[in-house]
Amino acid sequence: MHDPKAATGAAIDISKACKRYGRFTALKDIDLHIRPGEFMTLLGPSGSGKTTTLNLIAGFTDITSGTLEIGGKSVTGLPSHKRNIGVVFQHYALFPHMTVGKNVAYPLTLRGLKGEERDRRVRRALDMVKMADFAHRYPSELSGGQQQRVALARALVFDPPLLLMDEPLGALDKKLREWLQLEIKRIHRELGTTFVYVTHDQEEALVLSDRIAVFNGGRIEQIGTGRELYDRPATLFVGRFIGESTVLRGKTQVCGDQTVMTLGEETITANARLAGGAQPVMLVRPERAVLKRPGAEVLAGENRLTGNVVEAIYLGSGSKYEVRLADGTTAIVRSPLGAADFAIGDAAEVAFASQDIILLPDDASADVTLT
Amino acid sequence: MPSFPRILLGLFCLLVAILLLAPTLVVIPMSFNENKSLAFPPVGFSWQWYENFFSNPDWTTSFVNSLIVATIVAVLATVLGTLAAFGVTRAAARTGGLLRALLITPMVVPGVVLAIGIYAVYLDAHLVGTVTGFVLAHTMLAIPFVLIAVQASLEVFDRRLETAAASLGAGRLTVFRTVTLPLILPGLLSGALFAFITSFDEVIVALFITSPYLKTLPVQIYASITRDADPTVAAVGTLLFLATSLIIIAGLLIGMRRGRT
Repeated sequence: MHDPKAATGAAIDISKACKRYGRFTALKDIDLHIRPGEFMTLLGPSGSGKTTTLNLIAGFTDITSGTLEIGGKSVTGLPSHKRNIGVVFQHYALFPHMTVGKNVAYPLTLRGLKGEERDRRVRRALDMVKMADFAHRYPSELSGGQQQRVALARALVFDPPLLLMDEPLGALDKKLREWLQLEIKRIHRELGTTFVYVTHDQEEALVLSDRIAVFNGGRIEQIGTGRELYDRPATLFVGRFIGESTVLRGKTQVCGDQTVMTLGEETITANARLAGGAQPVMLVRPERAVLKRPGAEVLAGENRLTGNVVEAIYLGSGSKYEVRLADGTTAIVRSPLGAADFAIGDAAEVAFASQDIILLPDDASADVTLT
Repeated sequence: MPSFPRILLGLFCLLVAILLLAPTLVVIPMSFNENKSLAFPPVGFSWQWYENFFSNPDWTTSFVNSLIVATIVAVLATVLGTLAAFGVTRAAARTGGLLRALLITPMVVPGVVLAIGIYAVYLDAHLVGTVTGFVLAHTMLAIPFVLIAVQASLEVFDRRLETAAASLGAGRLTVFRTVTLPLILPGLLSGALFAFITSFDEVIVALFITSPYLKTLPVQIYASITRDADPTVAAVGTLLFLATSLIIIAGLLIGMRRGRT
């Protein structure tokens, strides 16, 4: 299992893939190219098509149209048991009538391995997930986190070039989830296997992934690294799904390379303009904004919006404020440790630089999908 | 010192237990009767009716016939009933419900009605008094019991385990053999046991399709008791009671051991 030859990851190439169930279209024209050895996360709300995509790759369901290649070979029509892909499920799916050792040995037995060689590989896989002492236990005697580690060992013991994970940590509590995320990351680094990971948790996606594909309504909105998605979201949906943000909507006017938005009696200026004639919205990340007392000196290139603090949350590493602006919008501001303290009800000004405004075409559906 | 209501409850339970068990237990002393009568209470003590059971060919052959028929029925009904249970559970909800209702009819239709129908068909098909005839009729009667038992296990069986097994490289037959079958085995075994018992103590249909050349044990018991009130019947009853008690105790012990792990 640590043989570098066997552990080389497979590339996945999905082109123009559609999946329909009767009249319902689950996937519309998906293009997804995953590099060998990459950790790719499919992120999106429930019903966005991320699990359907995973099921297509696993062979649990077939594409209606389009092509799907794994390691350069088309797998259309190839049943899942012939694809040699490891799959980890949200509900562990360990065989309750077999011990942990037998569960992990199962895929090896199917591949004709026996005796000493099989035992050795089972031991290695269990060592990798730190479950070697539990080989003789039954799944019902293990906690959720332990069961999922065994499931991970079982899915990797036969050196698949590709591992699929469908919300594997969804049923676990936060502490355990964070610890297992790091374990999964470590294992990915050690093996070089291609990992495809499905989750609706954007924080988890940021922790784990090389790249993230954001799904919405059966389409991929954007594919990129966590940094790209956070700093340069391509759509309002991505901007709102990854991280928190203040969304500003108002009358806009383009002046040269700048876009000016009027919010009641205040105006803000962004150092960008949208191509095409789409109606722009402005996005400001909470840590790019600063909370100031009314009347504080205005710096060059700084925008100001006045409002009242409606929520103040102490986070240990800093504070988070929600400010109700004059036009009713709620702005979110994250202050670092040591910044001035504000209390609920305080009048405040939200300040942010023109170059920190993300300008995106407005999309009403992005609001609906998030709730 | 237990409270008064608890004593009352204990007495009531005892009464129910006696009511349930007494008819069975009465048979035991009767089987040791010295006289050739089914009178209760019995007179004296003797093993002669047990001797008669094991030496009289009427009794031994009918007993062996019943064992043969019931064993074949148990195997056939378990295979067919299990297949039916898979179909019913995994078909679309409406089709499945309809099929299930249809497959269960032999359990609902009065035995005599079935017996008349079977007899009429068997006369033409020359199946009266044949092992094939008994096996076919009893298998039909036993399938609903297997269907119900296996369906109950299939409904709690997690199909995602089959998906997981497939992803690990198992084809459909291997999935069934290594994952599905072991997990529904308790339901399957209890279905098989029910099928065996259904055939072994079936008397109504058997009375119609029997012949002087092929009798099953229930037919022999019925004939014996209507002809000459022979206490051998009581001896047979006692033996069967012992056998079933042993099977049930064994089943309970296995169940308890499983419950511990």
